[in-house]
Amino acid sequence: MIDTILLTLDATLRVSTPLIFAAFAGMFSERSGVIDISLEGKMLAGAFTAAAVAYTTESAWLGLGAAILVSISLAMLHGVACITFRGNQVVSGVAINILAAGLTMSLGLSWFRQGGQTPLLPDEARFTSIHFPFAETLRDLPLLGGLYSELLSGHNILVYMAFMMVPLAWWILFRTRYGLRLRAVGENPKAVDTAGISVTRLRYSALVFAGILCGLAGTYISAAHNAQFVRDMTAGQGFIALAALIFGKWRPLPVLGACLLFGLLDAIAVRLQGTELPGIGVIPVQFIEAMPYILTVVLLAGFFGKAVAPKAIGVPYVKER
Amino acid sequence: MTDYALELDRVSKRFGAVQANKDVSLNVVKGSIHGIVGENGAGKSTLMSILYGFYQADSGSIKVFGKTTDIPNSHAAIAAGIGMVHQHFMLVEPFTVLENVILGNEGSALLTHSQAKARKVLQDLSSDYNLKVDPDAVVGDLPVGLQQRVEILKALYKGARILILDEPTGVLTPQETDDLLQILEGLKEQGVTVLLITHKLKEIMAVTDNVSVMRHGEMVAHLSTEDTSPEELAELMVGRKVVTQLEKPSNEAGEPVLTVEGLSVVDSQNVERVKKVSFSVAAGEIVGVAGVSGNGQTELMEALSGMRPVDAGTISYGNLKISPGTSIGPDDLRHAGIAHVPEDRHRVGLVTAMSASENSILGYHRDDTWNQQGLLKPALVEKHCAGLMAGFDVRPQDPKLKSANFSGGNQQKLILARELDCEPKVLLVGQPTRGVDIGAIEFIHTQLLKMRNRGGAILLISVELDEILALSDRIIVMCDGCITGEVSAKDADERTLGLMMSATSDSSSTSTEEQAE
Amino acid sequence: MKGLDHALPRWVNIGLLPLLNVLTALAASALVFLLIDVNPLEAAEILLYGAFGYQEGFGFTLYYTTNFIFTGLAVAIAFHVGLFNIGGEGQAYIGGLGVGLLCLALDTTLPGPVLLLLCVVSAGLFGAAWAFIPGWLQAYRGSHIVITTIMFNFIASSLMVYLMVNVLREPGQMTPQSRLLDENSWMPFVHNVLAGIGIEFESSPLNLSIILALLCALFTWLLIWKTKWGFEIRTVGFNRDAAVYAGIKPAYVMVLAMAIAGAMAGMVGVNEIAGVQHRLILDFHYGYGFAGIAVALMGRNHPVGIILAALLFGVLYQGGAELAFEMSNINRDIVVVMQGLVILFCGALEFLYKPLLAKFFREKAA
Repeated sequence: MIDTILLTLDATLRVSTPLIFAAFAGMFSERSGVIDISLEGKMLAGAFTAAAVAYTTESAWLGLGAAILVSISLAMLHGVACITFRGNQVVSGVAINILAAGLTMSLGLSWFRQGGQTPLLPDEARFTSIHFPFAETLRDLPLLGGLYSELLSGHNILVYMAFMMVPLAWWILFRTRYGLRLRAVGENPKAVDTAGISVTRLRYSALVFAGILCGLAGTYISAAHNAQFVRDMTAGQGFIALAALIFGKWRPLPVLGACLLFGLLDAIAVRLQGTELPGIGVIPVQFIEAMPYILTVVLLAGFFGKAVAPKAIGVPYVKER
Repeated sequence: MTDYALELDRVSKRFGAVQANKDVSLNVVKGSIHGIVGENGAGKSTLMSILYGFYQADSGSIKVFGKTTDIPNSHAAIAAGIGMVHQHFMLVEPFTVLENVILGNEGSALLTHSQAKARKVLQDLSSDYNLKVDPDAVVGDLPVGLQQRVEILKALYKGARILILDEPTGVLTPQETDDLLQILEGLKEQGVTVLLITHKLKEIMAVTDNVSVMRHGEMVAHLSTEDTSPEELAELMVGRKVVTQLEKPSNEAGEPVLTVEGLSVVDSQNVERVKKVSFSVAAGEIVGVAGVSGNGQTELMEALSGMRPVDAGTISYGNLKISPGTSIGPDDLRHAGIAHVPEDRHRVGLVTAMSASENSILGYHRDDTWNQQGLLKPALVEKHCAGLMAGFDVRPQDPKLKSANFSGGNQQKLILARELDCEPKVLLVGQPTRGVDIGAIEFIHTQLLKMRNRGGAILLISVELDEILALSDRIIVMCDGCITGEVSAKDADERTLGLMMSATSDSSSTSTEEQAE
Repeated sequence: MKGLDHALPRWVNIGLLPLLNVLTALAASALVFLLIDVNPLEAAEILLYGAFGYQEGFGFTLYYTTNFIFTGLAVAIAFHVGLFNIGGEGQAYIGGLGVGLLCLALDTTLPGPVLLLLCVVSAGLFGAAWAFIPGWLQAYRGSHIVITTIMFNFIASSLMVYLMVNVLREPGQMTPQSRLLDENSWMPFVHNVLAGIGIEFESSPLNLSIILALLCALFTWLLIWKTKWGFEIRTVGFNRDAAVYAGIKPAYVMVLAMAIAGAMAGMVGVNEIAGVQHRLILDFHYGYGFAGIAVALMGRNHPVGIILAALLFGVLYQGGAELAFEMSNINRDIVVVMQGLVILFCGALEFLYKPLLAKFFREKAA
């Protein structure tokens, strides 16, 4: 039983990692007032780039760097469209998602001739598990041993980075001058403008953060959790991250909680496949898979709590008198 | 020689075809309170935006404390010592007072340090200028008067030595206005130069040392407040006598057609904005509702027109009774002959993205006249609109033109034409001449009197006392959601109305007396 | 961007700007072709040949066009009431479910024409229901429609997988698909209809649903611009306060408009299930809903524009298939790239050339 729980929690961490990166990417963007439904597209582009570059250079880190650069470029495209040219932020997001889906496959086919997939990455070109000291020795200790060597140890570095990123992001948002301004610009950009701060520059910078984090998420998916890029690899995780962002009401800790919850649901869905639960019968896997979406809809409808988005979200800033 | 805080020399600014500021020159004495008055659209806001770096002047020069200064952005304005309190507050509502104050002027990259420092400075400012606000209160929870203090504190914290206030009292209660004027006096004592932009002459007379008058983008006079009078200023502002006394034949008021009893209305934040109000309007009379804007008039009007539910009490138009829970909406009222010219024509009265023609049936679009087998009859609607435009002299006379492309006065005439076309029994009209040019004002007033003379009942809400006095047969005064007075127009003058309008809770005894009369 | 605020002549706004945007999208597409070592001109030639060069290809083009008209209208109608419907994907999917369930139940009992008519009704009702819920949640509970419709796309997807795997799968089959529907319930193919009146046309998936699509476009045009309901829809879309003033109930109108929008998207189910697939399968809707956004954007939310834009996308889809067939280093995803570029330049970057043109016209005027 305990083993099952540990394994499920272990899986939860693995599944949650890209969600955490992506949801926090969304947090930076949306806290600054820019809707970001292109988390999915940026992750997908990041995943492809990471796999392609890591394979070609045989370096996971170069793959990561390239993924971040590509993801930032897409974020900047979003910025040019929504900030500079005041385009519709949702339309821009849709465009980036579709563009990323098409480009990854077209370029993948053209470069690697494997039907759009990238070749399998050798271990040295991906982020592999890190085993903590004494993980093996302590494994047999009751409870704590499992906790240490199963749950804490044995993940790749990106998993640890995701969990370290959370307090860092919180600190940036709530304890620094930059964070204060970022939160202000998502609520009332005019207040920021009249204080002599550039709204445009702030929003672009927020999108850079979003780009970096989506690049990390994408890299995790193709070059850490898996070892190659395949068609539509992100499979809606960008949207689950978006759901988690809303479910966590745009606040760091609740968003982390939502990511873990959605990750847990996913881990459970895999585990429950076809097993009968006493008194309930078989719960369809699809139902559990759809849970993040259903929960988000229910939350948005205000049936429990209220998710209040940053006030200026979605509205291009127009300087006027 | 006098020390000047600000010297503007022949500043001009043009937006496309509109000359917003033309050769504006202005000298503001250091440490004085200087008023700038002018009608809406006279160019006051543009001038202030130039001073605060929102716009750059096309020509002319600006000296701040004797030094020629370029102000390309708000950052430069702040650096030059200019602070601004905007008409619409520039506050981040979910933030605390402290966070709002330091925004843009944090001092260091880490907040903990800057907040501690700011807290201290804020304390000093609060005691120096008598500006008491809890630094840890969330701004969105504060009343408007306190939010304005936060705006002033923001400017002072940034080191403003020249403080510009743009229409600061529009949203304030009389009590809050008094407090603000006192604060301004205090600032002056501490050597801060204050530039007060307003169209309220009372405030100008009360607190300023000098006053400049703007009209059509130009400075038309610089006066010492001591040597002028409200009448003179008003004349300078509009360039002619304000009130054209219209011929108002005496009219026997008929039966009451609108009766309001114990009406209470809450706004969208669930705050009670109209408090147990009772009054009636009879056929053939115009009842004016006077009051500082924001004292419940908007919500009263919305409830009367069926746009907002009633919280308590009843509104009766003859047999049609609106009370809590009844589902009588604007549609039912229109059918019963109750027309409504809303306060805000851009936000409510028109769909500016649609053509004049479509707007000419807005609200009446379901009538059988305009529909045939499920389809609208566009040719007929256009003809109807052209008729309205001819009758009310709406220019340009083009039914196909988008309504956004008409001037304020012409938009208002179009709305009035639409609402008066079916000869309503009752007309609810709010701020009929706000932002309307003088020619159109006279026309609109004439139309309202015409309706009254043919036996229509009109409830007129306006913040312009002149308008209320010129048109009404009877005047009720609203303050803080209550009716604080009711007088016959014959017995009313600006002073008595002003008194009733500023009735606060501690003077409620006088208002009950007046009501009892 | 200063020039963004300036007004431009009408012909520039509705003619020149959109044209420049489409040309930019095409130019960017050409760049992508170069990036994958394909001569863009050669590609264009193959693409156009695939779409128009022979009867079967042209039939395919129009078959795709049919779907795009439906989803384009679904986005446009919601747009007029001020809502962004990106749930066309899910609405189309569920609309197909409506057709499938109806036919599985009644395909051998009812006469063909009645059944087909009911198919249309059922597709409309199912699609409408799937849009009604997000519409209702937006109107009465304030949930952001963009987010809810995205969520509903995924929920639709899970629901369909569940139904196909567990409930509707043909017994004894491994693949998640239903049994073949009786020929009675098939929407007549255009090549068969033409053969009936003596015209020979190569067989293609093009079926009479295209007539349905054109009727829907006509219906939309009448609804939005010629009726009091359309008047109310547009009023709510432009200015909700003015709508309340005019005695309109914005929430009610929004829900209604969303339901109609969903019904339009649901019609994809008629074209796909009754028209082409003849059985319920997974993912028959894939991509049409999102493409509908591009179609509506390009078509400026006007039915005529939407038909033209849908045709362009039909050409891209069919031509893209031809390309993938002809060239080994291209697959159909290149069409997805072009679709993305169209949404980017015609939608998100619609004001790209505005400052430039504004400057040009200012100088000309001066």
